[in-house]
Amino acid sequence: MQGKISKSSSAEAIDWPAAIHRALKAQRVRQVSYVPDAGHKRLIELCHADKGMAAVPLTTEEEGIGLAAGAWLGGERSALLMQSSGVGNCINALSLASSCGFPLLMLVTMRGETGERNPWQVSMGQATPEALRLAGVRTLRLERAEEASAVANTAAKAAFEEQSAVALLISQQLIGVKSFEEKR
Amino acid sequence: MNALNRREVVASLLERRGELLVVAGLGAPAWDCTAAGDHPLTFPLWGAMGSACMIGLGLALAKPARRVLVVTGDGEMLMGLGGLATIGAQRPGNLAVVVLDNERYGETGMQKTHTAYGTDLAAVARACGFATARIIRRNAEVSDVRSGIYRGKGPLFFQAKVKADALPLVLPPRDGAHLKHRFREALLGAQ
Repeated sequence: MQGKISKSSSAEAIDWPAAIHRALKAQRVRQVSYVPDAGHKRLIELCHADKGMAAVPLTTEEEGIGLAAGAWLGGERSALLMQSSGVGNCINALSLASSCGFPLLMLVTMRGETGERNPWQVSMGQATPEALRLAGVRTLRLERAEEASAVANTAAKAAFEEQSAVALLISQQLIGVKSFEEKR
Repeated sequence: MNALNRREVVASLLERRGELLVVAGLGAPAWDCTAAGDHPLTFPLWGAMGSACMIGLGLALAKPARRVLVVTGDGEMLMGLGGLATIGAQRPGNLAVVVLDNERYGETGMQKTHTAYGTDLAAVARACGFATARIIRRNAEVSDVRSGIYRGKGPLFFQAKVKADALPLVLPPRDGAHLKHRFREALLGAQ
């Protein structure tokens, strides 16, 4: 199942996951929960390696909405990493953020966009921005590696300084396309 | 037949609660905790079914020096069963979960839950790595639960087999922002 990931040349040049990790550090994020995505591989590794962060693997994405609420009740900040298919799992749990006004920062790697090779990813990927909007989550877009620092900082500030629910949607063009070719 | 009275169990666990932080799952467990005394350091849920344990985990990781108790129902726990695996992977020593298991969806017409058909939640918690995971059937065992919650090495899990009574509603405040603010102010001071 492990397919090759082909990246754009700008993504090779700029370490955008490290830029997101720095934005999380700048906003004093201490709990980072995730359901893995290939596009989040490096950021997950950076969070696990960071002694100032608790990296929390989840069995399903909505667990991270509850974790973030509990973290905030205890005075800590939490971010939630997932791919776009996981957004569908979160919908009812997002009522926790909207009903109580909990800050929420979701980092969502997009599937079902340009170059997608798995047609089953297209449905949820295409519905993701609208589903988030309907659930009361503001969306921001990250399209190019060189914008990662500015966009991630904007998203993190919106979540924790304005105390709102924010999802940063990370373009499939940036993360690369899973090719489904065997490694040789 | 389950023998425990849920209101009495919760009242025993929450009397002289000291610095305990409490998350109450939606429905009857939230009413039980409110009946024991509305408290700023109780966060009762009115929705987000399946989230109670994960809120408890986030809180326990944020406040490792404080004891955290999640009180929830069997239906709520069944909806978030994966959270037990997530807690098992983190093993917070300060977190306890008490499931008030009446084997029914009490708010929707007393339909049977999976525990009525034999699901052993304590066995699930044990398999997920909880340090303690027990079924509680007798009043004499409630003091063990209490000492576990306040002093035991977590994560701890107690599945209390309670009667399927429909008890008077004792409702907590409904305003989620208020519940959040009062909890943080009581725990963290003025923000």
